[in-house]
Amino acid sequence: MTPASKQTVDREPTELEALLPFHAAGTLNLRDARRVDEALASDPELARQYAVIQDEYAETILLNESLGAPSARAMQKLFAAIDAEPARKASFNPVMKAAGFFSSLSPRTLAFAGVTAAVLVLLQAGVIGTVLVKDRKGEGFQTAAFPVQSKAGTFGLLRFAPDAKADEIAQLLNNYNASIVSGPKAGMFRVQFGDKALSKQEAEQLLTRLQAEKIVSLAVAAE
Amino acid sequence: MQVLYGRHHVRVFRFSLRLVKNESIAEDLISEVFLDVWRQAGKFEGRSTVSTWLLAITRFKALSALRKRKDAELDDEAAAAIEDTSDNPEVAVTKKDTSHALRNCLTALSPEHREIVDLVYYHEKSVEEVAEIVGIPENTVKTRLFYARKKLAELLKAAGVERGWP
Repeated sequence: MTPASKQTVDREPTELEALLPFHAAGTLNLRDARRVDEALASDPELARQYAVIQDEYAETILLNESLGAPSARAMQKLFAAIDAEPARKASFNPVMKAAGFFSSLSPRTLAFAGVTAAVLVLLQAGVIGTVLVKDRKGEGFQTAAFPVQSKAGTFGLLRFAPDAKADEIAQLLNNYNASIVSGPKAGMFRVQFGDKALSKQEAEQLLTRLQAEKIVSLAVAAE
Repeated sequence: MQVLYGRHHVRVFRFSLRLVKNESIAEDLISEVFLDVWRQAGKFEGRSTVSTWLLAITRFKALSALRKRKDAELDDEAAAAIEDTSDNPEVAVTKKDTSHALRNCLTALSPEHREIVDLVYYHEKSVEEVAEIVGIPENTVKTRLFYARKKLAELLKAAGVERGWP
């Protein structure tokens, strides 16, 4: 190693210099990315180094992609080994499933997917809004989720406790074979129970049971 | 398991192949890594991403596999690798193929430098994730990558490629 190169190797990177490769890969947090961007705009030396890093980044990807994929032998060996394992629950950790999906995406893909999802949500909101406005002009109010409701069944008005969670509400509706028809209006949801009308006594019993539920703060009959 | 394998096995294979430099061993490592995942799936708590977890297991197994091989064998392979890579960039430069030379020099880096370059550039891991996979402090991740890049520049310079940095 020449003295000059030794001197180069021995030099510690500056804080921003050390962040450049991560900036090229898009893995910096927003704050650091902004700092690096500002430094690149004002420091030509840093910008030159960043151009070199971008080449390294591209070539590292090409190199890895050129390595190909493993043969089917690896998979066969794995599943043979799993078959030979003692019996166990086949269920998988749900955290792992979700995390696996998102981790399979690169930060850029994830960001792109996020933007796409946001645009789709906006488009969907626009379509729903248009449909609602159109329907109001015609036959009166209908929710987008339940355009046609059966007139049979028993109806009630429910107000959920402020700390009720979405999954608890879903579970409760499921337990009572119920579905939300409309609302909230004044904090109350109109709910349909089953598709057959209950007798007055049965309906009262049902509402009493509902009123006793932890996540229900008010349950009353509705026409 | 098939879904998880389908999503990650190629990257696991490439990461281990870059470390052990032997396709057959890298393929064996895939089965070992995913079998470990199958056995330990319940222990995964989602503190890191699945791919980070997989790469950390892969790295551990790849290094264990390397340690199992005889020292003499390793020395021979290391020498062969160095010889190959110092020749290849020169050939590449004669062909004015800087990008080919860069790829050859990336292969010539030490395993320690190779893994950090791959984790950051190819696997797109953040400073924190690389620290977790390699088991080193975050500042060491940054400086090690910096020195890996310096080494890469030296290899390229030796092969006649000047890039204007350092």
